[in-house]
Amino acid sequence: MNWSDFFHSSSFSILLVGSFVAASCALLGCFLVLRRMVLLGDALSHSVLPGIAIAFLLTGSLASFPMIIGAGTFGVLTVVLVQLLNRSGRLGEDASIGVVFPAFFALGVLIISRYARDVDLDIDCVLFGEIAYTPLDIWVLGGVELPRAAWVMGGILVFNVLLVTLLYKELKVTSFDPALAAALGLSPLVVHYILMSAVSVTVVGSFQSVGAILVVAMLVVPAATAFLLTRRLRQMLGLAVVLGVLSAWSGYAMAYALDCSIAGGMATSAGGFFSLAFLFAPRRGVVARAHAYRRLRVELSGQLLLLHLRAGGDATDRAASAHRFAWRARDLRRAVRPLLASGLVEQVGDGLRLTPRGERALQEQGTAPLAHRES
Amino acid sequence: MQWLFEWNSTLRNVLVGSAILGVVGGVMGSFALLRRQSLLGDALAHAALPGVCIAFLLTGSKAPSGLFLGALVAGVLGALFVLIIVRGSRVKEDSAIGIVLSVFFGIGIVLLTYIQNLPLGSQSGLDTYLFGQAATLLREDIRVMAIVGAIVLVLVGLCFKEFKLLAFDREFGASVGFPMRGLEVLLTVLLVVVVVIGLRTVGVILMVATLITPAAAARQWARSLGSMALLAGAIGGVCGAAGALLSAGVPHLPTGPTIVLFSSAILAVSIILAPGRGVVWSWLRARRLTDRVRRENLLKDIYRIGEAANDWEAAVSLERLQSARGQAGQGGPARATVARTAQALERSAQVERLTGGWRLTADGVESAERVVRKHRLWELFLTRRLDLPSDHVHRDAEAMEHTLTDEDVLELERTLGNPSVDPHGRPIPPARRDPDADQGPETGRGPGAPIPEEGAN
Repeated sequence: MNWSDFFHSSSFSILLVGSFVAASCALLGCFLVLRRMVLLGDALSHSVLPGIAIAFLLTGSLASFPMIIGAGTFGVLTVVLVQLLNRSGRLGEDASIGVVFPAFFALGVLIISRYARDVDLDIDCVLFGEIAYTPLDIWVLGGVELPRAAWVMGGILVFNVLLVTLLYKELKVTSFDPALAAALGLSPLVVHYILMSAVSVTVVGSFQSVGAILVVAMLVVPAATAFLLTRRLRQMLGLAVVLGVLSAWSGYAMAYALDCSIAGGMATSAGGFFSLAFLFAPRRGVVARAHAYRRLRVELSGQLLLLHLRAGGDATDRAASAHRFAWRARDLRRAVRPLLASGLVEQVGDGLRLTPRGERALQEQGTAPLAHRES
Repeated sequence: MQWLFEWNSTLRNVLVGSAILGVVGGVMGSFALLRRQSLLGDALAHAALPGVCIAFLLTGSKAPSGLFLGALVAGVLGALFVLIIVRGSRVKEDSAIGIVLSVFFGIGIVLLTYIQNLPLGSQSGLDTYLFGQAATLLREDIRVMAIVGAIVLVLVGLCFKEFKLLAFDREFGASVGFPMRGLEVLLTVLLVVVVVIGLRTVGVILMVATLITPAAAARQWARSLGSMALLAGAIGGVCGAAGALLSAGVPHLPTGPTIVLFSSAILAVSIILAPGRGVVWSWLRARRLTDRVRRENLLKDIYRIGEAANDWEAAVSLERLQSARGQAGQGGPARATVARTAQALERSAQVERLTGGWRLTADGVESAERVVRKHRLWELFLTRRLDLPSDHVHRDAEAMEHTLTDEDVLELERTLGNPSVDPHGRPIPPARRDPDADQGPETGRGPGAPIPEEGAN
């Protein structure tokens, strides 16, 4: 297959749309993760449904623009309602989200199943999207022939990049320190609404190609993965975009191999990347921390042993040492091995003895490790 | 009732199933709501999907018991993953819920579409778990739901006190020796159980509403956890039954969404109308407060104008009263507002209307003195006790004069050593009546509260 064929293949279209969705969502998702508003993003991805349904009923078409308007309206309505309920003190934030979005979603399902049964506005489609069909709907703009979804999502991606670039400082300050932002004269509420409107628009654009659930996955998972890997916002944004695109590609490969839902595959592989980061992230990952913990334990036991040997004089019996600290044989071996290797102790028959080098090392380190134990 | 059972067995199944789910969901939702874990239910519902698919792949049948077990295991696993992610990394709970929800669901969709593409005969129907299809409930499903629901309710009843502790004061519970961790696990497992029995009826996405919406509505009316849980169960049950009936009667009306819209409507009504908490209620309360503040301010203004001119008989004009509160449009009241307030005072015989304006009656003087007294005592308290400069205390006193009770004021007066002048050198009106005998208008003039021999009039 040559390149020209590839660019006209459906795989290319799907990968392109998937990458656009992933990148658009990942950018905004970082701020949702940092602001602890992930679940509001989740709610938006469901509650825009009646907007889409009503736009469809009014215009009778699946054109993108009216749908974005309709869905954007319901998106903002959701954010406002959640805010009102929460602010009024009658419901907590989680409950406000939990009652608003199912109500809107139910309304959307009802409208679709009552009035739009015969059309191609399938609820399944809304939920998991049909990215596989995107290559069938081509738009030609300026001589470039691309799927319509690619144009729409490309536009949304440009919009999101612009938003994050232009409002970078505002988004950053309001995310990390709302009080400072308010003191600086930046309204956290205005930034909140701008961000949530952008999320609504992104959700709607993505909806048509990848469905509600993948949108949630793409909003949250790459951003949370990047959050595990770095502590700098710029790096987090970049990493999230890269991880999102990688999830899209590997998810497509998986779906291709298993002959299953592409959107589902992308969500699954995003989850795979998160698990990898959770387990293997440098310094903070589960494995790295377990390893660091073990090393610390060995180091501490080694020091205890050195002090014990010095107090005990010549050739302290191994078994007695282990007994002293209630160590099992394995713990003792673990503690002794590095000490022998670095020549701090030496083997004398069945016992251990401090070498002059070990003596010096102890002097340098002090007796701190044992101090609290014997006091 | 006989007609119902003979009528249509499908409808009966749907009706009973939805009602059972509503009751159990409402009760369990109350706990989730109070523990601020509303959206955990959402994640659990989504997480159950791959369990259903794997159970189907393993057993090769759609027997509800197998799928039920699969969903249960996956749901519990989902809850566990949320916990592991929050404990094991710096990812916060909302992100963890979002991750579990979307990734589990993604895996579920992968498996579902994989199953649908398998060359098997019996695979169709698993997608009823997505949106729920109450109409597919069979007699056996209803029996399972009834038994499981009853077990859940009995367990909640048995552990009610413990769950209450968990919801309100986990630390106290732990300190008096309850196994709070174990109770937490039990409550979460029960939540998963309810979610799982609800999947077939309302589906993955709307399950959260079955839990939270009736509980949120009940929260507006109830004053205790017990009554809240009972009410939530009742609301859930009624909505379930009503939604099932309506969707059976009207074509193309899916059951799950109808139930959810019913309970959402009840929630909306509750938030607006519930006594004590509702929007209307607090609006009325705020209005009553505003009206009282306006009346008290007006009485005080007339009093102070009279005091300044040392002429208690003269009528004070509307313009004068209006300007005493600042310019209209710049924080001052509108002319109509002042006039309305004055009319209200006239009705309660606190002021009387003369040609050029209003004048305080004997009753009015008494009320006005009470307000002025609170105001000036508070000013004095601020300057003496908090060392605030005397030009900084007026605004605070403007607010406090409407909130201090008569007892507060007596206490304040005692603390300050029965002063007679405020920081600005104006007299503090002494107490007229014993606040303990506040019932009758003319009784109980206490010995410690001398009456000035000449009234203001």
